[in-house]
Amino acid sequence: MKSSNGKGRKAYKQFQAHLLLRLEMRSNPEALCLVRAMLDRAAETLNFHPAERRAIVRSVDEALANVIKHAYEGKSGMPIVVTFRRLCGQNQKTCAGIEVLLEDEGVAVNPAKLKGRALEDIRPGGLGLHFMRQSMDEVEFGRKHGKNQLRMVKYLAIPKTESGSEGE
Amino acid sequence: MQIAARESQGGTILDLSGDIDLAHSPAMRKALLGEIREKRTPKVFLNLKNVRYIDSSGIASLVEGLKASREIGSRLILYSLSNTVREVMQLSRLQKIFEIYENEEQALSS
Repeated sequence: MKSSNGKGRKAYKQFQAHLLLRLEMRSNPEALCLVRAMLDRAAETLNFHPAERRAIVRSVDEALANVIKHAYEGKSGMPIVVTFRRLCGQNQKTCAGIEVLLEDEGVAVNPAKLKGRALEDIRPGGLGLHFMRQSMDEVEFGRKHGKNQLRMVKYLAIPKTESGSEGE
Repeated sequence: MQIAARESQGGTILDLSGDIDLAHSPAMRKALLGEIREKRTPKVFLNLKNVRYIDSSGIASLVEGLKASREIGSRLILYSLSNTVREVMQLSRLQKIFEIYENEEQALSS
């Protein structure tokens, strides 16, 4: 299941993804604060504005919480791998955004059920997916080699151009 | 996350601080529902000034608290929302559902 705010794959193909960080963690809720702190610092380093940093942190945190709650059904100690990649222009000097890939070995995600809830329906739960889609430019669920994969991309608000052709 | 309770005009103030996330929202939920359902406190004030982060599970607990308070005819009042909390409230479109005040003085006099 794919979701995009309009920039989507077309924009993504203009950039090269370079590994920034690969994090192997366990499905323990206590670890989430560490990921948030690390990710906020990483996003700051990539020149994301504070509101964008909060959006990235919120999305990854909600995604990890969903993995813990749903894919692993609350079971702690299960593996989650989070890979962060920096999206670069062709000369690799300018940063255009960040790509985050989450992988888990939990229960397969059913794309048909990934709808969240209508915001008008005031009740507990169902907001995490909404936060992710509101906050990121691309949100894409998949399953590969027996693992759930969630790929999210956030572009810098104003991509810096190198040759004048990027980010158009 | 830390929770401290103090008595006030016709109700209880819960001072929350730190991160309300998947690890800590159950504690907030328990404290909140304890005040509303068990103690049947007529007014429960949540001071969110020092909340650095709240996720959807924290928001879900607040919604549950709101529903519980409506069921027994009590009031759940939020005040001093940090930027982060306010942002999440807006994303959830819940800012008009809750009774929210700028500061403690306004909340207590409401």
